[in-house]
Amino acid sequence: MEFSRRTFLKGAVLGGAGFSTLGFDLTPVYAQTQSLKISRASETRSTCPYCSVSCGVIIYTLGDKAKNAIPQVVHVEGDPDHPINRGTLCPKGSSLEQDILNDRRLLKPQVRRPGGTDWEDIAWEQAYAEIAQRVKKTRDDSFIEKDASGKTVNRCETIGFTGGCTDTNEFNYLVVKTMRSLGVCYLENQARV
Amino acid sequence: MSDRKTLQIKQISGHSGPAAGFDMQRDYEVCKLIDTTICIGCKACEVACVEWNDMPFTPTTFDNTYQTMPSTSYHFWNLIKFNEHQREDGTVQWLMRKDQCMHCADPGCLRACPADGAIVQYTNGIVDFQQENCIGCEFCVSGCPYDIPKFNPATKKVYKCTLCSDRVGQGLEPACIKACPTGCLKFGSKDDMKFIAEERAKQLRENFGFEKAGVYDPQSIGGTHVVYVLHDAENPERYGGLPKNPVIPWSYTVWKWLFKPVLGTFALFGLLGVLLHYVTVGPRRAQPEPPIKERES
Amino acid sequence: MTNGWIDIKNTDMMLIMGGNPAENHPCGFKWPIEAKLHRNAKTIVVDPRLTRTAATADLFLQIRAGSDIAFLGGLIHYAVENNRIAHEYLVNYTNAALIIKDKFKLPDDGLYSGFDPERKTYDKSTWNYEEGGDLTGKPVEPTPAKQYEQPAPHPAAKRAVPAVPPPPALPPKTAFDLSLQHPRCVFQLLKKQYERYTPEMVERITGIPKDQFLKAADMFTSVRKDGDMKKVATIIYAVGWTQHSFGTQIIRTAAMLQLLLGNVGRAGGGVNALRGHSNIQGATDMAGVFDILPGYLKVPTPADTDFAAYLKRITPNPAKPDPWDSFNYWSNTPKFAVSFLKAMYGPSATKENDWAFNYLPKADRNYSWVNLWNEMYEGKVKGLFAFGMNGVMIGPDSQKNIDALKKADWLVVCEIYPDETSEFWRAPGISADEMKKINTTVYRLPGAGFAEKDGTFVNSARWLQWKNVALPPPGQARLDQEILATIFLNVRELYRKEGGKFPDPILNASFAYTNPYNPSLTEMAKEINGKALADLTDPKTSVTIKAGQQLPGFSWLKDDGTTLSGNWLYCGSWTEAGALTQRRGTEDPSGLGIYPNWAWSWPMNRRVLYNRASCDLNGKPWDPSRRQVWWDEAKQSWVGNDIPDFKADSPPKDHMGPFIMNPEGVGRLFVPLGAMADGPFPEYYEPIESPIANVLHPNQSNNPVVKKYKTDADKYGTVDQGYNVICTTYRLTEHYHYWTKNNPMNVQLVPEPFVEVPAELADRMGIRGGEKVKVTSARSHYIAKAMVTRRIRPMKIDGKETFQIGIPIHWGFRGIAEDEDKTAKTLTNQLTPTVIDPNAYTPEFKGFLVKIEKV
Repeated sequence: MEFSRRTFLKGAVLGGAGFSTLGFDLTPVYAQTQSLKISRASETRSTCPYCSVSCGVIIYTLGDKAKNAIPQVVHVEGDPDHPINRGTLCPKGSSLEQDILNDRRLLKPQVRRPGGTDWEDIAWEQAYAEIAQRVKKTRDDSFIEKDASGKTVNRCETIGFTGGCTDTNEFNYLVVKTMRSLGVCYLENQARV
Repeated sequence: MSDRKTLQIKQISGHSGPAAGFDMQRDYEVCKLIDTTICIGCKACEVACVEWNDMPFTPTTFDNTYQTMPSTSYHFWNLIKFNEHQREDGTVQWLMRKDQCMHCADPGCLRACPADGAIVQYTNGIVDFQQENCIGCEFCVSGCPYDIPKFNPATKKVYKCTLCSDRVGQGLEPACIKACPTGCLKFGSKDDMKFIAEERAKQLRENFGFEKAGVYDPQSIGGTHVVYVLHDAENPERYGGLPKNPVIPWSYTVWKWLFKPVLGTFALFGLLGVLLHYVTVGPRRAQPEPPIKERES
Repeated sequence: MTNGWIDIKNTDMMLIMGGNPAENHPCGFKWPIEAKLHRNAKTIVVDPRLTRTAATADLFLQIRAGSDIAFLGGLIHYAVENNRIAHEYLVNYTNAALIIKDKFKLPDDGLYSGFDPERKTYDKSTWNYEEGGDLTGKPVEPTPAKQYEQPAPHPAAKRAVPAVPPPPALPPKTAFDLSLQHPRCVFQLLKKQYERYTPEMVERITGIPKDQFLKAADMFTSVRKDGDMKKVATIIYAVGWTQHSFGTQIIRTAAMLQLLLGNVGRAGGGVNALRGHSNIQGATDMAGVFDILPGYLKVPTPADTDFAAYLKRITPNPAKPDPWDSFNYWSNTPKFAVSFLKAMYGPSATKENDWAFNYLPKADRNYSWVNLWNEMYEGKVKGLFAFGMNGVMIGPDSQKNIDALKKADWLVVCEIYPDETSEFWRAPGISADEMKKINTTVYRLPGAGFAEKDGTFVNSARWLQWKNVALPPPGQARLDQEILATIFLNVRELYRKEGGKFPDPILNASFAYTNPYNPSLTEMAKEINGKALADLTDPKTSVTIKAGQQLPGFSWLKDDGTTLSGNWLYCGSWTEAGALTQRRGTEDPSGLGIYPNWAWSWPMNRRVLYNRASCDLNGKPWDPSRRQVWWDEAKQSWVGNDIPDFKADSPPKDHMGPFIMNPEGVGRLFVPLGAMADGPFPEYYEPIESPIANVLHPNQSNNPVVKKYKTDADKYGTVDQGYNVICTTYRLTEHYHYWTKNNPMNVQLVPEPFVEVPAELADRMGIRGGEKVKVTSARSHYIAKAMVTRRIRPMKIDGKETFQIGIPIHWGFRGIAEDEDKTAKTLTNQLTPTVIDPNAYTPEFKGFLVKIEKV
């Protein structure tokens, strides 16, 4: 059944094609190749956020960075100048466009209250204020100035900070500055695991 | 728009003989070299292809293999085929081969295609489909010895790798070539690629104990613009069914031969071609998925 | 990495083990391939599975997960037995000739001298060098034990009054025997330690047949055939080595092998940790972990009652054979520490207040990752920040981490995708009723992705590379630095208004940024590099740096408060000449892949560490075709294609050791005193969950200093309980941890979780490819489809048939496939045990026991 119908269609279509050529329109057919999608996009040099090879990538965004042009990523490709990757990228690096333009991205601050069964929206300023109060309360409730033998320890053992693998050096330095100043001992990072 | 300087047309489907203007400019043939012995099956080429061509994402299913899908599809033109080959001593060799259009010197798809200008071959060797001229007859599908052109039921057109003719036309290398982390993919003139491939095969024979290492560039179809370096060039079938001596179904060869003197009776002979094809090749069915076992071994 | 990615192309021989670079670092893997293509270099891959790295290997050996020390110890034994060692290098650049105390005992029974079975720790006083002189050719006499107190390294230290007897220290003048014949010289002890690691023993422990092991041993050590020093071999590893209860010691074994073969410091050589993620190296450098401060300064302990005591403890003195010289670069520790405190607390850090030393918390116990979750589980840790860190997925024992979060008061997550940690309260299996009983408040703050932030990452080659902002964060998402700074400044405001416990460090933390609520990373980077706080003049060159100017390098750092630097190791990265991390010079005049003008690498742009060791005693390169650095007699200086990682004006005749960060100046085959918790040489111990008792010493099967956790959640399985299959966990090239499960492209490449099962085991269990299997450990279970493969073969472990399976870690309960209910929503790390390496505190994610069944 399927094949006979298909064969019939083929014949009919083919016949049609034949008739069109019977008009003897022999104008040369030139390739309709698409224009290069990145030819006028803005290039930003960046570093792939995945593994520790740290490949150079070029992020292509629409627009020439003029004020009114809202950048939209159209493509990500390896940076051919980069001495390590020399323009190459792995399957993760090659799909970075999907990491930047991803409809699963978190777009607003949320809170899950005690006993809550879903997320609630929260304003940034409100979130900051609540978090600061919690940090202070937890710290003040448990801060240890001296240990059992009377030695100064000035530590807070009830707050932990866990940092990720894509945090920059500058951010990590800010973590050390803020967390150590709070007295945080449980300071850990993906680097451990 | 095309850059005529680098994309000069050599052959057009539905036309007999070379295209007007062919042979009027110097050109060199391009070629993709795939060294399977240093392919790590990372699939960067697969992603680069999908990303550059802005192809949609499709759900896939786990199928007891690292291979993304059973075969290439109309929106997935570049596929690494994974094969576990058990050697005589019991050890396992994990073979990976990038599968895509081979851009044959004598393209079966173009020979088979009756639609005016749906398939073109550039003088640099790229075989490109022009979907606006495609009539969806799928002759190209059965004309291809590598099972590459794939029909999209939604658009009723056939699609395949373009060797990034848009990039090559602008002087860039294809997206897969650029991405390849290990450099198992290379791109350049056919002469250069053949030279590098033969040198590498020699190195594999002399320094790495692969006595049967060699280059795949089948002459049965006039050579291809994609050549492979294989650890074992005597058994290309091991690499996910790479045919040792690919041939274009003879019906299409005959079909072209018949057409040459009598263009005006196109429609009639078109039907004859279908008939011949049916008799010789058999009916077209949905793409059979190779059984797991076959892909494993 | 001691070397770098591109440098691998210079090698002649590669041992890739405990890492799978083709899959996990594909673009870096081009450099091993380049070595193959252009040098005919050979590759040996040793792994529990035939991976995509192994697919390109010249020799692949399937090893039992966790038995690496036995294999590497066997290589050491083979190299020594067959004299495939670098004799001159060994005698002069390692501690092979140094004499060890006579009370020191090798672990024939699994224990070194000094073990305290109750506390499960070692008294390491015998793990030390003998004091004395040249014992070459002299008869052996036992010397009385003696303790050495370190002389004060810093003027401030004079104020220190030790309350307890000082801990044992290295002797300033060590006894040595350059003929390497003394029975207690390091070389002889090493020989004795590893003579037990015969090829037969390697086969029994690792499952690698003897003939295959010998093939690999011959191949790898062939670079030192007939005393040739020209060839170079490299060792490449990753978390396949670190994630064991003896992980650090595996890496030590590799380092020892490379020292024996004279491969460290040389182009194409080294011990190369591939690291994992984009900025793991940077996070370690910048002390994102509890036990260090930026630049690998040690954290203060309560015993450091003042700054002087702290400096005294952490600043080493040279300890070496008297005729030799030692740079002992860590003697500059006081300069680094004072400059760090000035960066932290600015004008509030003064000489009078000990540079605000007391602002820093003092740690005297283990606050590492697994302990953090353990203490939270016990209800002690009340609040947690997770900035881009998915602790539930990472585990080990993910269920314990979920249960721990239930007991916390608050959790602040900064992420770009919905993740398992922020949604722990609705993990699969938690009913609506149960959810209502979870009282944790969770804030989930949308952070910025990589393309939306600038700043530097450090890759495994120690390169700091600046990246640029391509576009702003989407929606209401904000930059991470803005989020963290604003939280901190809000806390500070509360302390300012309300007061509270010890507010001084909070109030006085230096936040002198143009916009403190959203500090620019440029300003942070400049502060990390450091600047002069007063006019400084170099007495030798009369070069002057004005107050306020960026410092050109760490040799300018001072311990008198006239410099600040957030991390001495990065000093030189952002100078008055600008950001060296942004450099894009593509020239490589030597052809060795050094690229001296691309970005910037620590320390001081040196690309290969310890590169002095690439030359012989006279300062001439071992291999003239790979010239990295050399001694220029005319200039009386070390010069080269790379920056000499050495004291530039130290002539070869002074015999200064190339390993300038060690007080000995030489590489450590034997690690003295307290640097390692579990032994000065690596000894083979079984994983905590193991199918056999240790063949070397059945009564001391596991690492003796490893402690198990004791909550009701911490369970450990045995073969007797039915857990008879070895399981290892790993990552796939198509996915990135728990991140790309949100990316449709990567989900298309590998859509679902799976378990790799050897075909023979599958046959026995009646499992076919694609069918669901349940893997159960003592902790929990995991459900996924089986990938039946011949790439993992059955093994004979101590004569017993044993199977290994492997599970990738990428799937959780939030992601594209998960949200479409295409997975069982179990987590790989629900299976993994809570047990850690005693040195690096990394969990044992690899080589634990499970059972497997068809669902």
